[in-house]
Amino acid sequence: MDILYSIFVDPFVQMGSAPDLLAQTLWEGFVGGILYALIALGFVLIFKASGVFNFAQGIMVVFAALTLVGLYEKGVPAFLALALTIGVMFVLAYAIERAVLRPLVNQPDIILFMATFGLTYLLIGLGEAIFGGNPKVMIAEQLYLPKGAIDLKILGGVVTLQKIDIAAAIIAIAMIAALSLFFQYTRIGRALRAVADSHKAALSVGISLNQIWVIVWFIAGVVALITGIMWGARSDVSFALQVVALKALPVLILGGFTSVPGAIVGGLIIGIGEKIGEFYWGPLVGGATESWLAYCIALVFLMFRPQGLFGERIIERI
Amino acid sequence: MNETMEQLQPVVASASAPEKLLTVENVTLSFGGVRALSDVSFDIRKGEIRAIIGPNGAGKTSMLNCINGFYHPQAGRITFKGKTRQRMRPYDAARQGIARTFQNVALFKGMTTLDNILTGRTLKMQRSFFWHLFRHGPAMNEEIEHRKYCEEIIDFLEIEHIRKTPVGRLPYGLQKRVELGRALAMQPDLLLLDEPMAGMNLEEKEDMCRFILDVNRHFGTTIALIEHDMGVVMDISDRVVVLEYGHKIADGSPDEVKADQRVIDAYLGVLH
Repeated sequence: MDILYSIFVDPFVQMGSAPDLLAQTLWEGFVGGILYALIALGFVLIFKASGVFNFAQGIMVVFAALTLVGLYEKGVPAFLALALTIGVMFVLAYAIERAVLRPLVNQPDIILFMATFGLTYLLIGLGEAIFGGNPKVMIAEQLYLPKGAIDLKILGGVVTLQKIDIAAAIIAIAMIAALSLFFQYTRIGRALRAVADSHKAALSVGISLNQIWVIVWFIAGVVALITGIMWGARSDVSFALQVVALKALPVLILGGFTSVPGAIVGGLIIGIGEKIGEFYWGPLVGGATESWLAYCIALVFLMFRPQGLFGERIIERI
Repeated sequence: MNETMEQLQPVVASASAPEKLLTVENVTLSFGGVRALSDVSFDIRKGEIRAIIGPNGAGKTSMLNCINGFYHPQAGRITFKGKTRQRMRPYDAARQGIARTFQNVALFKGMTTLDNILTGRTLKMQRSFFWHLFRHGPAMNEEIEHRKYCEEIIDFLEIEHIRKTPVGRLPYGLQKRVELGRALAMQPDLLLLDEPMAGMNLEEKEDMCRFILDVNRHFGTTIALIEHDMGVVMDISDRVVVLEYGHKIADGSPDEVKADQRVIDAYLGVLH
């Protein structure tokens, strides 16, 4: 009975008795979730437009952050380094379209998937060769990102909000809003949605797939850069970050591979779920649940809703 | 760019010297060992409605796919507006003024009717990426301009009531109409229609016939169409080319084709 009590009753009693701790946990989960959502967003954009599951998305986050910091260390002013990094992401998008997507067009999905594996290791090697393999400190201060924390005295206790987390949340939300407006109301946004729906029809109205692919990979690259800056500012910039990027997988399983709102909601569920799980149920199994709980949540979802929360229902005619 | 539908002049049919818009010469296309088209030649004159007919598997859709650059024939030449091309991509075909619809409707299912038709204006919108990013100044005016043109197409096709409906939810007949609208939004010189009336009931077919004839007469758009309904084909087309097993077996006016023994054999079967 004790074990049942400590699973089903005690955590909720704790939540009720210390609402400030609950709020703190929720906030941390929320910020983590938003950053997961950003990584997942990069996956979704590329998957929708080119049908490629881009395994390299996580490493693009690290590569972008590394380029930014590396350029700064080589003496480039911070904002110039930022602009240059955006340029590098464009060159990368162009190169990927030229060297990977175009030659492999019409090949089975698995081949393109494998190609993105290759891309992953290429980017790791390239990043290490140019900027070295040591962890670096994100140049948050130089980019005028806030530092320190705000203590809120609410709920009979203190909830500490890191300023960088607040900034991360605001920037992420602004970016998601800007992207959705862009997709909804611009010519290129419309073309992107068109390509996502039907390659054949998009070609017939004169949309250039090659151009769209470059744009999509570039947008995914910029999303990766912003994610990298935020993650980097919270920990540091190293290739260990790519493990975090793998968390985007359960997020995608939850949200569906083709849905932008899905990526956001999925990110939040995973982010909040794993923090709450770690804090309240973690001690029961000796802690460290954060590394695997997300995948368990995803497994449960797979059983009941394999297409994800917002994914397109899979209906096949036999 | 700024012309609206009314401003487009109806083309006066000049029978004296029919100008060739498109010429297909000795086109051969095969997939591995399968010959889809063997040595096919025909032409499409400016302003006419040209039908391509033939039994199933005759190579009709392959022919359209060659014309708009989805397929690249192994041999033969295709000349459009006086320009012979080597390997043309669908993107280039669209640029040169070829629009098409598909046998199994290919629409952007998640998008509304209006958005679908607006994609047809893609090549006509030339403001740069950054203007669009801010939806400001010239880009905004341009957007309004194109929107107006699309609204006219919507009026013309009588689909006002479904402007904001995602096309995935529409019945098949209306989807076909939206697809025609998208092709028209490109203001094409040559419009390729792949079985525009397949799967439609009589009433829908009559509507579609009317639209095709109107497009041809009012905008002077040259049309090449594939259709199985012989009644429709013989009624609306100026000239008919007949394919069978990838070979051209007849070419001429509907009456000539109807009387051709090889065509009758191809359609009715023949005792050997």
